[in-house]
This record gives sequence, structure tokens and C-alpha cells, in this order.
Amino acid sequence: MSEIFTLALVFSTIRLATPLVWAAIGGLYSERSGVINVALEGLMLAGAFTAAAVTFYAGSWFIGLIAAVMAGALTAAVLAVACIRFGANEVVAGTAINILFLGLPAVLSGALFLSSGSTPQIPQENLIPAFADVSVLSVLALAVTLATWYVLYRTPFGLRLRAVGENPEAADAAGVRVQRIRYAGVIISGILAAVGGAYLSVGQSSLFTRNMAAGRGFIALAALIFGKWRPVPTMLACLLFGFADAVTIQMQGVAKLPSGEDVPVQFVQMIPYVVTIVVLAGFIGQSRAPGALGVPYVKER
Amino acid sequence: MTRLDSWGLTPLLRELRFPLVAVVAAFLVAGLIVLILGDNPLDMYWLLVGTAFTWPDGIGYTLFYATPLVFTGLAVAVAFRCGLLNIGAEGQLYVAAFAAAWVGIELADLPGVFLLPICAAAAILSGAIWGGIPGVLKARFGSHEVINTIMLNFIAVALVSYFTQYHYKVPGDPILQTAPVGEGAHLARLGSIVPGLPERIPLNLAFVLAVVACGLVYVFLWKTKWGYEIRATGENPGAAEYGGISVRTQIVVAMAISGGLAGMVGINEVLGYRHRYYDGFSDNYGFTGIAVALLGRNHPAGVLVAALLFAVLQRGGVQVDAFTADVSKDIVQILQGLVVLFVAAEAMFRFRIRPAAERVA
Repeated sequence: MSEIFTLALVFSTIRLATPLVWAAIGGLYSERSGVINVALEGLMLAGAFTAAAVTFYAGSWFIGLIAAVMAGALTAAVLAVACIRFGANEVVAGTAINILFLGLPAVLSGALFLSSGSTPQIPQENLIPAFADVSVLSVLALAVTLATWYVLYRTPFGLRLRAVGENPEAADAAGVRVQRIRYAGVIISGILAAVGGAYLSVGQSSLFTRNMAAGRGFIALAALIFGKWRPVPTMLACLLFGFADAVTIQMQGVAKLPSGEDVPVQFVQMIPYVVTIVVLAGFIGQSRAPGALGVPYVKER
Repeated sequence: MTRLDSWGLTPLLRELRFPLVAVVAAFLVAGLIVLILGDNPLDMYWLLVGTAFTWPDGIGYTLFYATPLVFTGLAVAVAFRCGLLNIGAEGQLYVAAFAAAWVGIELADLPGVFLLPICAAAAILSGAIWGGIPGVLKARFGSHEVINTIMLNFIAVALVSYFTQYHYKVPGDPILQTAPVGEGAHLARLGSIVPGLPERIPLNLAFVLAVVACGLVYVFLWKTKWGYEIRATGENPGAAEYGGISVRTQIVVAMAISGGLAGMVGINEVLGYRHRYYDGFSDNYGFTGIAVALLGRNHPAGVLVAALLFAVLQRGGVQVDAFTADVSKDIVQILQGLVVLFVAAEAMFRFRIRPAAERVA
């Protein structure tokens, strides 16, 4: 087993957890405000594609990252308008965004780069820099988690965000503008998830490929639930899921069952999902969702 | 209006106008994207829609593509009528397709009279179990079915891929697929029944089953006590409980029926088409089913029409790929996503369509 548990595994865990942390902390802002966000997957894809395409043209990861943030904010704004302004079912609208961003990057890359869904390779020097194998965005992910803790529990905005998610009627009566706070929550989630996506395409990799998020948006959602909608536990959940992923990669062809067979990677891949179901069922401490999660708020007149 | 009323069409038209407006809006927005990319949207839409109606290839393939979407659309619709969102049809159909293949391999020597129904039952039953799990979790622990079905999708894919790779693959086969099922488990292609339809088109009896399923779901939901109880639970769980209906039971039953319907995709895929389980076969059928159900107003007739529309797009997508310069078949996914988004947010069209008379009143 010592071949598996090495320092490389630690770095690998950090690499794999980074996009999850960005997306999950993003989802936290939306869900704490009371809007279910199953669109994290689509928002990550929006960020990943935009970052790769713009970095390719502009030759600078920073401009690519800014563009990704704008794309994420814009996409999340569409989701927010559909759900908050027009009362769309939040899960259905989120699913629509996910379907849309399976197609949109593919069509755009077909038109821009004459490829079937990927962007061209981006030169190494234009990618997001990393120090000793740890990306700048990994360090920032930790900072964002701590900042989110501060915002959520130590600022008036955080108090309002939580109030709107728990009991919008009471928040409204206290003079909080419920809809506005929810717009802010959803748009922040789009920005952060897009950064996670940008990390995938111009951080960890050097191009965008079709369906690059590969379910990470959903794992991030799982981590958010596992972390009970709180910043630091959510980040730890992401690290755990990243660790499971890292072990899967390291194990391939190395670890053997007593019978001499390979350990099936599929079972390690399942861990985050099984854990989430078990946690939701209340076997490992109850995970309670924000009180008004998924309940549209219509102001009485 | 009176003439329409006597035919009972007014409620139908009223029911249909928002989905229609949503579809038109989706086509307009996607057309704009195509225009910006430098292709002619009208030409593209001709390729996308026009080629679906040629005989026999266009119609044959369109109906073949529609088959799984009818099943997943019905699955989502039944759950929705009970107030549940089944995002898990994707996982349910994977488990079911594998189960059909598994039984078809293990019992390969049985004659068709036995093997075919057993394989079909295996698909429906395993889908029902996989769909029932989130039902039980919700009824027993109150955990949200949306998250659980999403998680179960990933678990299903991993589980089925494990069994395929380690236990049922033909050794040396470079493709991740199982061995073929017994001859007895083959469902007849419609080409062997309908004159003029060549047998190379994979359209099979599962399509007939899909149409029958639409009728059965209608009868079940609106003409039986059990269907009434499911709908009552969906409309108002509190009132249903007060009226003596066990809401918990209805949740489990509705999710199991939903999963069973999604599982019938396995009948089309394994027994009717490939005659083996092919890993990763589903082209997002489960998620498209959400769009189909939503567009079809969670009504079996609407589901059938919506599934046909999406099948037309899917068939046309292949042509778009081949014959346009700048637009790929992925435009179909953009259209589907936009349709779902606009149908979900239909309130945005509401204030503009109200007749003038109503506005004055």
C-alpha cells in the first residue's frame, strides 16, 4: 500500500479538489439564499470553455479568467431571471442550463476552431501559473472558503443571505429585499463555479475538451450537502472526494485484491455518491437544508 | 370560438399555447446563434426538420429515436404528477438495460416465448427498483429525491460498467460491451412486419410498446383509484393525507412506476436494437425525458408529441453535421436546452398573450 500513499497523492488530491471547492462554495451562496443550483455543471462548462477560448486568442490566462467570470455571471443571471423573476422550477431550469452547455461550447468550437468540440492547445507559458505543483487557484480556493465563512457569519450581507434562505417572509418583514439578495447569491455561484471551470481548462489542462466537467458540478453539489451547507466542512468534503479520486488514479494497475485481481476503480468512483446518499438519509449526523431552499418567494402586495 | 368549444378543443389549445410559444422562442434564439456563426438558419432548419419525413429512412429513424424518449418522458411525467422530480431516469435505464442483457445471457437457451417476456420483465423490474430507492429514501428519511436520483445515476453507471468490464465482456473485445443475448430475446424489427420498411432500420416493436404505454399511463393516472391517489398526492399532499391517502406509499409507488417506465428503454436498446448491453449507450435519454415531459405538459399524449419533435431534431442533427459549413449537430442540444428553459419560465410569455377582452375586464 505504501506505493499509493505518497506525497504525490497529497498534491494530486489538492489538484483534483480545487475545481470542486470553487464550484461547491459557489453553490453555497445560491443555496443559502434559497435557490437550488443543479446548474453548477453547466456553469463550470461555461467557465471552462470561455477561459480556454479567450486565453487562446488573448494569450493571457488572466484575461481568459476574467472572461470566464463574466460568462459564469451571465449564465447564472439567466438562471436567476428564469427562477426568481419568472418562477421557473429551479431544478428544471438548472437542468436546461446543463443541457445547453453540453451543446453551446461544441457548436462554438466547431465554428471558431473547426474542431468537434475542443479548443486548440494553449502554450504552457499562457496557462495559470503553479508554484511547486500547486496552482494559484488552489491557494485562492482556500482563501475563498475562509472569506465565505467571514462573509456568511460576520457581515450584514451574509446575515441577509442566510435569513432569505431560511425564512424569506421574516426577512422581507425586516426590510431585506429578498429577490435582490437571491439574484446576488445565484450570480456569485456562477462566478465561482466558472473559476472552477477555468481551472479545468487553463490550469490543470491546456485546452477545453467536450464535456470537460464530467460530472464535477454534481460532485460539488454532493460535497455541499455533505458539508451541511457550511463553508469549511464543504471544503473538507471536496478534499475527501478529491482524495477518493486521487486514490482511484494511483490505484490503477498497482493495488491488487488478495485474489490477484485489480481493484475495480468503479467502486472507488462511487464513494462520493454513496456517502452523499447516506448523509442525506441522516445516518451520519443530520444534514439540514436551508429552510426555504427551492421555495420561490412571491412578495405579498 | 364557439365552434371550437363544441369540439372541446379550446382547453386543448389553451394547454398547448405556452409550449408552442416556448418552442418557437427556442428556435428563434438558436437561429440567431446560427446566424452569428455565419450560416443560414433557414437552410439549417430545413435540414434539421425536413429530412425527418422521408420514407422509409427519415420516418423509420425518427420513430426509432422517439422510442426511448417516450419511455423517459412518461417516466418523468408520472413522477411529476405525484409532485416528484425524477432526474434519475438516466441511471434507471442503464440498470434496466444491463439487467435485460444479463438475463438474456444467463438464460440464453430458453425459447423466445419465455425468454423475451422474462428479459422485458427484468428491465422493467430493475428500473422500478432503482427508481424505488429514492422513493423509499424520501418516504422514510425525507431526503430530497432530486439529489438522491442524481447520485444514483452516477452509481448506476459505475456499477453497470463494473459488471460489464469484469464479468460479462467477451474476453479480448476492445469495446466495453457484454456478450450477445440469446436469439430468443430478440424483439422483431418493424421492417419484418411493415411492408416497404427495410429491415436494416432498427425501428422495432418497442415503439409499439411505447405507444401502448402512453395509453396505459393515461388510463392508470385518470381512470383508476391508484392513479387518482398519486395525482391527489401531487396536487396537495396535506389534503391527500387528510383524505386517507398514505402519501409515503404514493411516493414509493410513483417512483417505482417511473423507474419501471424508464427501464423500458432497455427493451428497445437491448432486445430490439443491439442485442447486447453496450456501455454508455444512452444519449442523455433520461435528461431529455425531463424536457419531453415538461413540453408535453406531463400528459401521455403530450409526451408522445414532444418525443416525436425531439426525435425529429435528433435525426436532423445528423444531416446538419454533414451538410453545413459552420454548425455541428450539437445545435440540437442547444435547442433542447432552450426549449426546457423557455417552457420552465413560461411566465415570461404570459402577459403578452392574454386576449384583449380579458385585459379590459
